[in-house]
Amino acid sequence: MCGIVGLFLKSSALEPTLGKHLSAMLSALSDRGPDSAGFAIYRNPAPRGSIKLTLFHPEADYGWDHLVRELSEETGTSVRGEPRGSHFVLTAAMPVETARHWLSHHRPDVRIMGVGDCIELYKEKGNPRDVVRRFRLNELAGSHALGHTRMATESAVTTQHSHPFSTGLDLCLVHNGSLSNHNRMRQWLGRHGIDFQTDNDTEVAAGYFTHLLGEGATLEEALKSGISDLDGFYTFAIGTKDGFAVVRDPIACKPAVLAETDEWVAMASEYRAIAHLPGAERSRLWEPSPATVYSWKKH
Amino acid sequence: MIEVDIESLGVRGLNERFHRLPPDTNERAWKLTNPKGAHALAVGLDRPLTIEIDGHVGYYCGGMNKQAEITINGHAGPGLAENIMSGVVRVKGNASQSAAASGRGGLVVIEGDASSRCGISMKGVNIVVGGSVGHMSAFMAQAGHLVVCGDAGSHLGDSIYEAVIYVGGDVASLGSDCIEKPMTEKHRAKLKRILAAAGVSASPERFRRFGSARQLYNFKVDHAAQY
Repeated sequence: MCGIVGLFLKSSALEPTLGKHLSAMLSALSDRGPDSAGFAIYRNPAPRGSIKLTLFHPEADYGWDHLVRELSEETGTSVRGEPRGSHFVLTAAMPVETARHWLSHHRPDVRIMGVGDCIELYKEKGNPRDVVRRFRLNELAGSHALGHTRMATESAVTTQHSHPFSTGLDLCLVHNGSLSNHNRMRQWLGRHGIDFQTDNDTEVAAGYFTHLLGEGATLEEALKSGISDLDGFYTFAIGTKDGFAVVRDPIACKPAVLAETDEWVAMASEYRAIAHLPGAERSRLWEPSPATVYSWKKH
Repeated sequence: MIEVDIESLGVRGLNERFHRLPPDTNERAWKLTNPKGAHALAVGLDRPLTIEIDGHVGYYCGGMNKQAEITINGHAGPGLAENIMSGVVRVKGNASQSAAASGRGGLVVIEGDASSRCGISMKGVNIVVGGSVGHMSAFMAQAGHLVVCGDAGSHLGDSIYEAVIYVGGDVASLGSDCIEKPMTEKHRAKLKRILAAAGVSASPERFRRFGSARQLYNFKVDHAAQY
């Protein structure tokens, strides 16, 4: 089953309440995905020359302060961070590869959940209502966000196997469905330099889009290629630094509803998740057509 | 008219209230507010009730309906009026996939568009769609009528048995064993009666008729050795 949600704000007036609204959307779809939940939220751009990494370690009292101090001292750069539940958002004045390299050598047990200028990515096992509470999603402001409630059918129930998946800078993907050609695709992408952290099918789709975007495709072009290259059932919602998109496979078994007002665009597996947004009853409401890309971009 | 706020009563409370009504109930006219996409509203009814729902409903609204007339002033989620037996389920807006799936009788009217698989495995229900239907509509349809005033998506009537499809607009493609058949006076009269019952105004003159070529599901003695 699974539930997916996305909320893209067209007006900055609602930005302080983005987390509150996304939290309500995820909670409304708890019974579609009680195994785990996660969300990616685009907020607080890192200063020029800096990068933001969302990190995870399963130990409740992990020594994040020590990590910040050590990384800062060894690289001679400014590093700061903020814990949020089991995750830690690190902002570091260094290239992405430097941060990745340092972490893989000095903290190999720390997982990198998402990397970019704006993205913060949180996910964990447990009922979505509890997960959003643990991460205090309610209090987060931002410009757009995606979320997922998972009923696992395809791979293990762990934090790492939860959605969203991010394989590229500021890119993330949530998925309702299952892919059937992900093993072959993972091998092919691996040969093209895309790294995967799990055996999950959705991570392959995220890697596929990362690869095409890296080759210069626009988000819309990448998604259109996906319709012919990715085999299986899917409704995808995709977030980038300044964009948001939705696409369904040609059979379109997996549900999706889109709603739009002058203030926001919302996507969800079911209208229940949208019903409580401000002005929902007056929104333009439609079911996205099969094999059709819908996308929005910040002006 | 009895008004019920679905949010405060809850779906289970609402359906239990309907199911407890005696056959000779006087509580026949209902208005339901605040559906907010809730699932399984007004399902399994077997009383001559008139129910209006103000807002959008989720999965399976009006499922297994007998006798009741349900009107949704909004859009409907997947599986609208699934397995309807009799009565009427009407949606003023659009309906998501699998509307009137496996319906055995009664009438389902979707004044807007219906999504994919509308009338899948229908077994006697009449379905009237004011707008268009998505792909794979009337898939394995066994009996009843699917009337589409607008266009039909791809693979219409795939593996169809004895249901009849009328389409006023374009058909993207026909599914296996579904063919166009001549539209006679008898069919136009039949279509006119169904449209009138649905309260949908459309001229029967512009509709085409589709049904089974009967090549797929009939047992053929020539092929006996292959079974």
